[in-house]
This record gives sequence, C-alpha cells and structure tokens, in this order.
Amino acid sequence: MSEKVLMKGNEAIAEAAIRCGCRYFFGYPITPQTELSEYFAKKMPKVGGLCLQAESEVAAINMTMGAAASGTRVITSSSSPGISLKSEGISYIAGCDLPCVIVNVQRGGPGLGGIQPSQADYYQATRGVGHGDLRLLVLAPSSVQEMAQLTSEAFDLADIYRMPAMILADGALGQMMEPVDFGAIPQRKLPSKDWAACGHENKRKKNIVNSLYIEPQELEEIVDRRYERYAKVEEIETRCEEYLTEDADVVLVAFGITARVCKTAVNAARAEGIKAGLIRPITLWPFPKKAIHAAACKAKAMLSVEMSKGQMVDDVRLAVNGKCPVEFYGRTGGMIPTPDAVREKIRAMLAQMKG
Amino acid sequence: MTTEMLFAGFGGQGILFSGKQMAKSAMYAGKNVSWLPSYGPEMRGGAANCSVIISDEEVGSPLVTNPDILVAMNLPSYDKFEASVKPGGYLILDSSLINKKCERTDIHVCYIPATAIASDNHIEGMANVIILGQLLKLTGLFDYDTFLSDMIRGIPESKSALIEKNKTALELGYNYNA
Repeated sequence: MSEKVLMKGNEAIAEAAIRCGCRYFFGYPITPQTELSEYFAKKMPKVGGLCLQAESEVAAINMTMGAAASGTRVITSSSSPGISLKSEGISYIAGCDLPCVIVNVQRGGPGLGGIQPSQADYYQATRGVGHGDLRLLVLAPSSVQEMAQLTSEAFDLADIYRMPAMILADGALGQMMEPVDFGAIPQRKLPSKDWAACGHENKRKKNIVNSLYIEPQELEEIVDRRYERYAKVEEIETRCEEYLTEDADVVLVAFGITARVCKTAVNAARAEGIKAGLIRPITLWPFPKKAIHAAACKAKAMLSVEMSKGQMVDDVRLAVNGKCPVEFYGRTGGMIPTPDAVREKIRAMLAQMKG
Repeated sequence: MTTEMLFAGFGGQGILFSGKQMAKSAMYAGKNVSWLPSYGPEMRGGAANCSVIISDEEVGSPLVTNPDILVAMNLPSYDKFEASVKPGGYLILDSSLINKKCERTDIHVCYIPATAIASDNHIEGMANVIILGQLLKLTGLFDYDTFLSDMIRGIPESKSALIEKNKTALELGYNYNA
C-alpha cells in the first residue's frame, strides 16, 4: 500500500497534475489558491517543467491555450474574480477544441467579494464561462483525496473529448489538509493528439488550431459536431455519489464541501428517525439528471444545499421536473452552512408537509 | 469516535503547526483527519486558528464550531472561543498570556504558563509544543513516545538542534502539574 501524505487541497491538485504528466502551469496569484502556484514554482523546475507567473489572468489563460495547442498537458488556476478574467480565453479554448485543465478555488463574490469559501460560481462554470455555444467538463471534488483524483481524471477527460475541464473547488477545500494517497489514482487509455500544432518537419500536413469560421454553414457544422461529443460526455461521464437515498423521504443534493456538511446532517436526521439521503454530483456538467429524477420519483421532497443564493437548485428543479417539491438552503459571502442548520431545514420541511 | 479541536492564538506562535502535528499523528495511527486553517488578513501577527478533526468515521464539515478541546494562546482567542467548548471538553490556556480565570464548571480547564516555561528554559517560541505535551497528558489522545517520534519525523539532520528543542518542550509540558 502506498503511504498517505497530509497535504493541502491546493497542493494535492498541483502534485496530481505533475504526476499525470502535466509540465506547464500558467497563473496569476489570488487567495485562496496561491499555494497551487507556489507548489508548482517549487516542483516544476525539478521535473523539467515550467511554472510561469503571468502578468495577468488574461495572459495566463492565453498562454494555456498556446501550450494546449501544441498537444502538451497544461493547467491554469485562479479564484472567482480571476476566472471571470479568463472567460474570454476559455471560450477560445473551447472553440479550438483544446484540452486543458482550469482550476477555480472559489471565494465569495460578486466583484472582489471576499476570500472565504463559496460556491457562487456554479452558474458561471456550468452556463456562462464564455460566449458562444460551449460546455466545460466541470468536476466538483469534496475532499483533498478527490482534489488529486479528479485533477487526474480532468486531464484524461479533457484529452479524450478534446475540451477544457474545470475543477470547481472552494477556499475550504483548497486550504484544508487531509491525507492523500496518490497511489490509488487510476489513469485512462488516451487517444493520440494527431491534431496538435507541434511542428510537422515537412513529414505531414500542417495542423491548424483555430476558432474562426467566417462561413456560417461551416461554423454550424463544427458546433454540431462538438455537440455530438458533448452528448457522448453526458451519456458516459456523468458521475454522482448516492448516500442513503434508497428509502429516503427527503433527498438532499449538494456538491463539494457542502456535501460533507450535508452527510453529517443526513446522519443526524437518521439518528432521530428522519429518512434523509444525499445525492452528491461529482460532475456538475454533465449534471446527474437521471439519478436525481429517479430519487425524486420516490422521495417526498428534495433539498438543494449550496454556498450561494441558489444556483444548482435550478438544475435540480429541471431534473426533478415537478415530481416532488424542491427546496433550497444556502449560505453565501464566505459562510459555510452548519450541519445543525441543514438538519433544522429538513425538520421544517417535514413539519410543513405534515401540516 | 470523533474528536474536534480548535487551536487559537496569534500568528507566529505555531498555532497551525500544533494542529498539524495532531492531524499527522492521527493520520499515522490510521484515523480520518482534517485540518482547516483560518486564512487571509488575520495572518502575520493577527489572530490565527485552525480546526482539527480526528475521527474513526468519514469527516464531515472540517470547520470546528464546538470543540472538544480548545487550546487558547492569547486573550482575544480565549474571549472568542471559551464559551464554544463542548460540556465535558477541555480548555488549555497559556496562563502567561491570558490573565483570566474561566468561570465555567462544566469543562476541564488547564492553566499552563507555557510562554514563561519556554523562556525560563531558553526555548523561546516553543510554548505551542509545551502545550501539546500537557494536552497529551490530559487527554491521553496519543501515546507520548509515538507522538514524539511522529513530530520529529521529517525534521532533516541539518536541523537536529530543533529535534532537541522539541523533545525538551514536549517533556516540560507533559511533566508540568497544572
């Protein structure tokens, strides 16, 4: 058995990236993700890689695009306001069908907001991270082990489907330390990158990486083909964890650090005889619609718990599609909900249903 | 079983280090652990604290709001967190820096002049480890020798002076009769 090491979530992402062959990091410091670039700055030179602090987030994302176009594994990271700055570049990366990993260690917003943990960039990650018809693979770790595991997974998925993948974490996951076992991380079989613009030495036709298509017909075809790939991702790569949902009257839906709070609340509710359960989306896009719909067909009510004013709850409602009532509980601005408050909300929902 | 701990003081006292040592030892003992620091503008001389959870089960929220064990190393931390300790829990405070008596009767309170002990023994800056020694004795969370070897594990040869200092501090704390 490989040995567990105690490390911060931010560091675990960086170590996992290096271990799965990523040799390029471009970023710009921002709390609460700076340990990530600090770790790369220490480690990248030792493995023959590059860690570059760009002059801005905009520069960093465009450097990321350039590296990705050459076919190498590349990662960039930031926190909420910085991701807004990167969004133009992310749209270009999606438009060029380039694989890369983008990390968002979320903090409170909008604007400069605060520096404490938040999940209020859910809409941004799953809907509006850039202009145009595009999707990002969005993975939501809920432990330091998963920060490592899903980083590795994000690289593989990005390469397989030729699209950018995002790790949507938060300040608590980035800053906290937990044991990590890097030996336990599987890797997938990957396609060759025959599209990469990495020098053809007159031995093959040149590859062009581009997102500009003047002819609307041509652009529509390109986008249609991209959406066929997205459909495959939805079909094959949707992931969630179900906890005690089998007989549950109230099913909570929560991701990331909030899912851990909810698990504690579910256990506490069970201890007092309330049949509660939890669905934890691991992929936010693709969203685990089927699992949530199936749970809603058996449950009396669903509850979305988030560190925001209610964003994922929209996707929960779409998935539930009227099968049962959907409620919301959230804290925002950097506040982490307590298990007690979530249990109170579950109690109140049940009381209302009986009343 | 789950033990929730909060270490609080000001930046530079080794608050985060103390918490990390507890988390490390628990990890080596095969427990589930989490360590969550306060981060941001309170660093560098301001208030600092960290939440540590040690459990046989999966750790839920890593944020400790009602600790079983509170270590308070300055007055603002004592004032802020004293009331949050779970009934039956432990409060260990550095009495050289906190000139107050705890009024609560439902918790175990331990006064240890850790900063004074450190300077009397020429190991300034080791008050945090002195408190860890006392914490081990009071709570029996870890075996003394195992904890010591976990703590000095990872200290490089070049810093062997540090090993001696840590040993001395842990021993002084453990043997202090509060």
